[in-house]
Amino acid sequence: MIPFRLNGDAAQFDSGDRDTPLLYVLRSPTVGDMTPKLGCGGELCGACRVLVDGEPAYACTLPAGAVEGRHVETAAGLDTPVRRALVDANATQCGHCLPGIVVAAEALFRSNPKPARAEIAAALDSQLCRCGSHPRVLRALVDLGGE
Amino acid sequence: MTPLPHALAATPSLDRWIRLTGDGDVIAFTGKVEIGQGILSALGTIVAEELDVARRRVQVVSAHTGHTPNEGVTAGSMSIETSGAALRQASAWARRLLLQRAAARLGLAADEVTVADGELGGEGVNERLTYWDLADQPFDFEIRHRTPEKAPKAYRLVGHDGQRRIDILAKATGPAFVHDAEAELHARVVRPPSLRHRLTELDLDVAAPGRLVVDGSFVAVAHPVEFEAERLARRVAGHARWRRIGPAPRGVDLDESRREPAAAFPLRNGVPSPTPRRRMATTHRAAYSRPFLMHASIAPSAAVAAWRDGALEIECSSQGIEPLRHVIARVLGIDPDAIEIRHVAGAGCYGHNGADDAALDAALIARALPGQRVLLKWSREDEHGFEPLGPAMHIEMGASLEAGGGIAEWTHDVYGFTHVARPSPRAPGVDLLAARFLAEPFEPTPARPALGAEVGIHRNALPIYSFPNQEVTKHFVANAPVRTSALRGLGAHGNVFAIESFMDELAHAAGKDPADFRRRHLQHDPRATAVLEAVLDLCGGLAGNRGLGLARYKNRQCCAAVVAEVSVDEETARIRIPRLWIAADAGRASSTRTGSPTNWRVVPFRPCRGA
Repeated sequence: MIPFRLNGDAAQFDSGDRDTPLLYVLRSPTVGDMTPKLGCGGELCGACRVLVDGEPAYACTLPAGAVEGRHVETAAGLDTPVRRALVDANATQCGHCLPGIVVAAEALFRSNPKPARAEIAAALDSQLCRCGSHPRVLRALVDLGGE
Repeated sequence: MTPLPHALAATPSLDRWIRLTGDGDVIAFTGKVEIGQGILSALGTIVAEELDVARRRVQVVSAHTGHTPNEGVTAGSMSIETSGAALRQASAWARRLLLQRAAARLGLAADEVTVADGELGGEGVNERLTYWDLADQPFDFEIRHRTPEKAPKAYRLVGHDGQRRIDILAKATGPAFVHDAEAELHARVVRPPSLRHRLTELDLDVAAPGRLVVDGSFVAVAHPVEFEAERLARRVAGHARWRRIGPAPRGVDLDESRREPAAAFPLRNGVPSPTPRRRMATTHRAAYSRPFLMHASIAPSAAVAAWRDGALEIECSSQGIEPLRHVIARVLGIDPDAIEIRHVAGAGCYGHNGADDAALDAALIARALPGQRVLLKWSREDEHGFEPLGPAMHIEMGASLEAGGGIAEWTHDVYGFTHVARPSPRAPGVDLLAARFLAEPFEPTPARPALGAEVGIHRNALPIYSFPNQEVTKHFVANAPVRTSALRGLGAHGNVFAIESFMDELAHAAGKDPADFRRRHLQHDPRATAVLEAVLDLCGGLAGNRGLGLARYKNRQCCAAVVAEVSVDEETARIRIPRLWIAADAGRASSTRTGSPTNWRVVPFRPCRGA
C-alpha cells in the first residue's frame, strides 16, 4: 500500500494504482473522498483541483504515485473562511465546479489573505463554471478579502 | 373563483404534498428538480412561510416516481409558478386542518387559535400543543377548492434576505451528485463515430476480464473499478468496426443565399398559423444569427441503474423523470410501473442534455447485468459528440420608419430547426440516444414544428414593443444536420438578440437616443418601462460604448433590462465586456439579498389586481 495524508488523516491506496490518476484513487471506495470532480479530464476546467502539500494540482492527470508521503487536501477538508464565504453567499448554481473553486481560492488566501479583485480573478482563471456563477464567486471572495 | 393550481388539481391528496413527522419536521414533496436554480430551497421557504414554522424544519423531497406528485418536466422557468403555487395552497390547507384539530382540542374557535413555529396557542391556553401533537394521523384530505393563503404583507421569510440554498454545503463537501453514487459496477458506452454508424465487427473477448454488453450497435463495458472501466472502453473502441448508414451529415445554410426548404407559419394571436404571410415594403433590413450551441456541462452525463427481479431502479438527473419512465419502459418492453426513477443532482443543466440518454444507457446495461447496481458515465467525448445541441437560428428583420422617426412597419422572420425533442410518451418516436442503435431499434421522432404560443423557434419572436403594423413569421426547417433540442430560452435567445440589435440600428437610423426610441414604442407596458428606467438609473445612462437590451421572457414572465459596456481592442480586435448592469422584475421573489449591489437591482413587484 502507498501511504499519504488526506485532509490531515492517514490514508493509503494500492501500490498497483501508482499510475492511476489521483482523482480516480481519491474517489475509489478505498479512499472514498467524492469531493474532487471529473470535469474535462484534461487540466482545462479545474473541477478536480486538490492541494498537494499546499500547492494546487490537477487530480485528473496527476498519477497517484506522485502523492506518496505527501499531504492531499480537498474541499471536504477545508472547513475554512473561504469555503464558508462561498457557501454562505450561495456562490454556485449546479455546484459541480464548487469543490475545485474552494481549493483554488483556499490556495490564494493562504498566500495572500487580502487579495485584490484582479488577483482573485487571476487565481481562479483555471476554474470554469458553465452555469455562470463567477460574479457571485468573485463577490464572495472580494468581500472576504476586504474584511 | 381562482382555480386550484394545476398540479394540485392533478394530485389533490394533501398527504402527497405535505407530511408532518413525529419529531418536529415537515416534509414537502415536489415533482420539480434541483438543477442549480435553487428551487428546492425556495419551495421549502414557501412551505415554512405558509405553515408558520421555522425554515429549518422543512425538508423538500424532489422528483421520485411513486413518491412525489407527477409535475412533468422541470423546464421553462415555471417551477415557482406551478409547484410553488401548489405547495403554497397545500400548506395553507394543512395549516387550516391543523388549526381545526387544535381548536377542537383547546375548546376554541379555529380563528382563535394562534400558531408560531408550529406551536399552537390562544386566549387562556396553558397546555403546550404543537402541530406534531396533532399529526399522528395523515390528513386523509382531498383538496377540491382553494383556502385563503397568508397575505404577502405578513411574510417573514418569502421575499426577505437570509434565505440560503440548502444544498450547497453538501455539494462543496461530499457526495452529492449522481456521479458520486456508490455502485457495484462502473460502466462506459463505446460509441460509434456518429449517429449514422452501425457496428459491423467486434471480438467479444477483448473486454475480458470486464463485462461486455452488446445489443445491436449499442456497446458498453462494465468493471467494478472505475478507471478499469475506462481502460476497457478504450480497448474495446480500438477493436470495434463500424459502417456508415446513409449519407454523411452535411452543412446546412439558413441564410438567404442557399436556404433549406422551410415551412412558414406567421404568428396569429401569438400562435403559428399556416396562413399567408403579409408582405410589407420595409426600407430597413438586417439579419442576425446564432450557431448550434452545446450545453457543454462541466461534467459529462451519468446515471445509475439496477435490474432486480424484473424491476428497474434508476437514479438520474433528467428534468422529466415521469415521461422518461414511460419512454424507457417502451424501449425495454416492460410495464412503466416496473420502473422507479429518482432524480439525483447532475452537473450544469441548461435544457435537454444527455441526462435522459444516460438513464437509458444505464438501464440497458443493468438489464444485461442483473442484480448489480451500475453507475454509467459518459466520457467528455460522448458528451460533446452526442448530446442534443441548441439549434442554429437565422433571423431576418425589416422595418420602415414614419416621418416622425417611429417604426411604422416591422417584420421578423426567424428560420431554424426544432428546439423541442425531449423524450415523451406522446411522441411517435423514441427520443433517447441508444434506442436507435439496438438490434431492434426505435427511431427518433421526425422533427415537427411546435405550434403552441411562445415555444420553440418563435419564443419571444413577438416584440415587447407596439408597432402600427407588424408581421412575425416562424420558418421551420425540418432537416437539421445534427441532433437538436431545448437549450435555455429556446428561440428567445436568438429572437431577442435580433429584436434588440435591430432596435438600436433603427434608433441610429432615425437619429434617436436608443432609450428614448424604446420608450416611444413601449406603450401600455408599465413593468417593461419600470425595468428600463431602473437600469438607466443604475448605470447613469447610455454614454460611451454602452448598449441596451430589454425583454420579457415568453412575453409574460420575468422582465429584464440589461446595459452592457463593450470595448474593442483596436490592435487585436478582442471584444471585452467590462461591465454589465441589470434590472429585473421577476415577480414576487422567494429570496432577496442585501448588500450594496452596484450593477443589479430588483424592481419591486407590484401585484396586478387579483394576483
